[in-house]
Amino acid sequence: MRIRAFAAVMAATVALPCIVQAADLEVTHWWTSGGEAAAVKELANAFNATGNKWVDGAIAGSGSTARPIMISRITGGDPMGATQFNHGRQAEELVQSGLMRDLSEVAEKGKWKEVIKPASLLDSCTFEGKIYCAPVNIHSWQWLWLSNAAFEKAGVPVPKDWNEFVAAAPKLKEAGIQPLALGGQPWQANNLFDALALSLGGKELFEKVYKDKDEEAAAGPEMAKIFAAAVQARELAKGNNVQDWNQATNLVITGKAGGQIMGDWAQGEFQQAGQTAGKEYTCLAGLGLNEVLATGGDAIYFPLLKDEAKIKAQDALAETIVDPKVQVAFNLKKGSVPIRGDVDMASANDCMKQGIAIIAKGGTTTSVDQLVTADTQKQKEDLMAEFFSKEMTPEAAQERFAEIIGSAD
Amino acid sequence: MAQSTPSARPSQLFRNLNSKIASIPMIFVALVIFLGGSVWTVVYSFTNSRLLPRTNFVGLDQYERLWASARWIVSIQNLAIYGILSLIFSLVVGFVLAALMDQKIRFENVFRSIFLYPFALSFIVTGLVWQWILNPEFGIQAIVRSLGWETFEFNPVYDPDIVIYGILIAGLWQGTGLVMCLMLAGLRGIDEDIWKASRVDGIPMWRTYIFIVIPMMRPVFVTTLVIIGAGIVKLYDLVVAQTSGGPGNSSEVPAKYVYDYMFQAQNLGQGFAASTMMLLTVAIIIIPWAYLEFGGRKRG
Repeated sequence: MRIRAFAAVMAATVALPCIVQAADLEVTHWWTSGGEAAAVKELANAFNATGNKWVDGAIAGSGSTARPIMISRITGGDPMGATQFNHGRQAEELVQSGLMRDLSEVAEKGKWKEVIKPASLLDSCTFEGKIYCAPVNIHSWQWLWLSNAAFEKAGVPVPKDWNEFVAAAPKLKEAGIQPLALGGQPWQANNLFDALALSLGGKELFEKVYKDKDEEAAAGPEMAKIFAAAVQARELAKGNNVQDWNQATNLVITGKAGGQIMGDWAQGEFQQAGQTAGKEYTCLAGLGLNEVLATGGDAIYFPLLKDEAKIKAQDALAETIVDPKVQVAFNLKKGSVPIRGDVDMASANDCMKQGIAIIAKGGTTTSVDQLVTADTQKQKEDLMAEFFSKEMTPEAAQERFAEIIGSAD
Repeated sequence: MAQSTPSARPSQLFRNLNSKIASIPMIFVALVIFLGGSVWTVVYSFTNSRLLPRTNFVGLDQYERLWASARWIVSIQNLAIYGILSLIFSLVVGFVLAALMDQKIRFENVFRSIFLYPFALSFIVTGLVWQWILNPEFGIQAIVRSLGWETFEFNPVYDPDIVIYGILIAGLWQGTGLVMCLMLAGLRGIDEDIWKASRVDGIPMWRTYIFIVIPMMRPVFVTTLVIIGAGIVKLYDLVVAQTSGGPGNSSEVPAKYVYDYMFQAQNLGQGFAASTMMLLTVAIIIIPWAYLEFGGRKRG
C-alpha cells in the first residue's frame, strides 16, 4: 500500500507539470537596473493576468553580455519562450534562418500596422512581408541630463543646450564637480558620439552617414565638426572612473557630476531616486539643439517552439505587450515612450512629455542599431573606446570612422 | 623461424588490447573535438560568416581586416608584454622563493600555504580583488597618500599606458605560488649527495644552484614553462574581471577580441580569423621547440 501510494504521488508530480505547463513562458531580457526592473514587473503582472506564467530570465550586465547568451541558446537548440532584442538588425540572421516565429496573425488581429507609430519600428520587425517581433517601447539617445544642484553649487544657471553646457564646464570644474559623467563601457562612448552626430549635425548628415553609408560625408567637414565636439566631450569626461551607465547617472543624481548624455532610460533612475524633472534635474531632448530623436528601443522576439501550449502563451504575450494599458504602465516605469500614439500619457512627467511631443510632431529618424549591423557597431565601439581614453587626434579618428562607414553594409 | 615472423605481426596490433580499447574514447575526442574543431575553425575563417556559419568564401579578407584593426594590434602588443614579463618574473620569483623555502626553514608548511593560496582563487576573483587594491580612491594610492606622501601616484587600472602592468601584477600574484611549488618539488628531487659533493669542493651555494641544480631540473622547468605558457595564451577572464579591456581598448588581449567579435559583433568569420592567428602563433613557438626536443633525442 505504502509503495503504491508513493508511486501515485511520484506519478502525479511527473504528470502535473504536463497539465499546467501550458502556461510557463521564460522571457529573457537585460532590464536589470532599478527603473527597468520595476517596468518588467508591470509587464510580467499583465502577462500573468492572462492565466499564463512569466518565468523571469533576467541577464545582468547590459545587452552586450546578454545577447551572446540569448543567441547561443537559440542557435544551440534550447530556445526560451521569448526574448528581448533592440530594434534593428541584432536578430536579423536568426529571422533569416527561420529560427524565429512569424507573428503576422497576432499582428493582424491587433491591427499593429495602424496603431504602431512610428512605422519604422514595425518595419524593422518585418522580413519578407511577415512580422517577427513585438515592439515594446521607444527609446532615444539624444538626451542631456543635468543636475540642478551641481550648477547651483558652481554658481551658473542651468544650461539650455549643449553649447551652454560646454561653456559652463570650467565653472563646474572650479567647484570640484565632474562636468560630464561617462561610464567606461565602450557602448556608452559610441552612443554619446552618435547623439552628438544627430543633435549637432542634424538629421540630414546623420542619415547620409548611417543610412546611406556615404564614406565621403563621413570624412567630410560637417563630420569633422562632430569630432571636434567629441574632443570637447572627452575633455569634460576626463577623470571618470565608473563603468556602468547607471553608476554614471548616479553621479548626476547626487550632484557629483554636472551632466550626462544618456538615453531616456536614465529617467527611470531619477524617478527611483525620488527626483522630479525641472526641480532636481533637467532634461534636454536633442541636447537642446535639434528637436529630432532617433527612435530605437526594445522589441520582444519569439523563437520557434514546438509545444502547442507554449505557442499559445507566446501569442498571449505578444498581445499583452501591445495592449494600450500595459504600454502605459510599462513605459511610465521605464521612462520610455509607448509604441502607439493612441494611449493616454497624461501621468507622464515633463521629460517624457517632451519626447512624446517631438515624436508626435514627426521629429524622428531611425536609430543607428536599425541602420547598421552589430559588426559595424562593434567596430565603432572599438574606435570610440580608444578615442575617448587616449589622446587620439580627431583627424585620425575621423579617418578610421570613414573607413568603417565605407565598409559597412 | 619462418612461421613465427608472420604470427608476430598481428600480436603487435592486439597487444595490450584492453588498454587500446580503453583509449579509443580519448583518441576520438582528440581527433574530432580538438583537431576537427580546429580545422573547422580555420576553414570558416576564410568565409564571411556573420551570426551563423556560412560557406561563402572570401579569401583573406578577414585577415586583412584583422591586421588593419588597431584593437587587434594593441591586443598582440599587450599579450607580448604580459607574456614575456610573466614568463620571466614567475620563473625567477618562483625559483627564488622555492630556493629560500629549501633552506630547512621553520614553519615551511605555513609559508607554502600562504604562497600557494592565491592559486586557489579563480582569475575572476583575482581580477576583482586587484581592481579594488589598485583603485586610486580606495587602494594602494589612497593608503600611501593618507600616510603623508600627498603626491604619490600609482594608478595602473585607469592609466592607459601602464594598465597591462596592473594586470601583470595580479597574474603574478595568482600564479607564482604554483611555480614555486613545482620548483620546490624539483629541488627536493635533487640528491643530497650532490650538495655534499659541492660543499666538499668548496663551491659557493649560488654557483651550485645555477650551474649544477638548475641544469639537473630541466624536466621541471619544461613542465613549468608549458603551464605558464598555456596560461598566457588563454589570458581572458583576468582582463574581463579587472578592466574589461579598458580604459578604452588599452588592456585588450587576443582571446577577448575573439570572443567579442564572435558573439557581440555577430561576426564569426572575424573571430575565427583571430583565433586562427592565435593558433598559428602557438604553432610557431611549439613546432621548433618540439623538433629540437624530440627530434634531437632520437639522433642522440
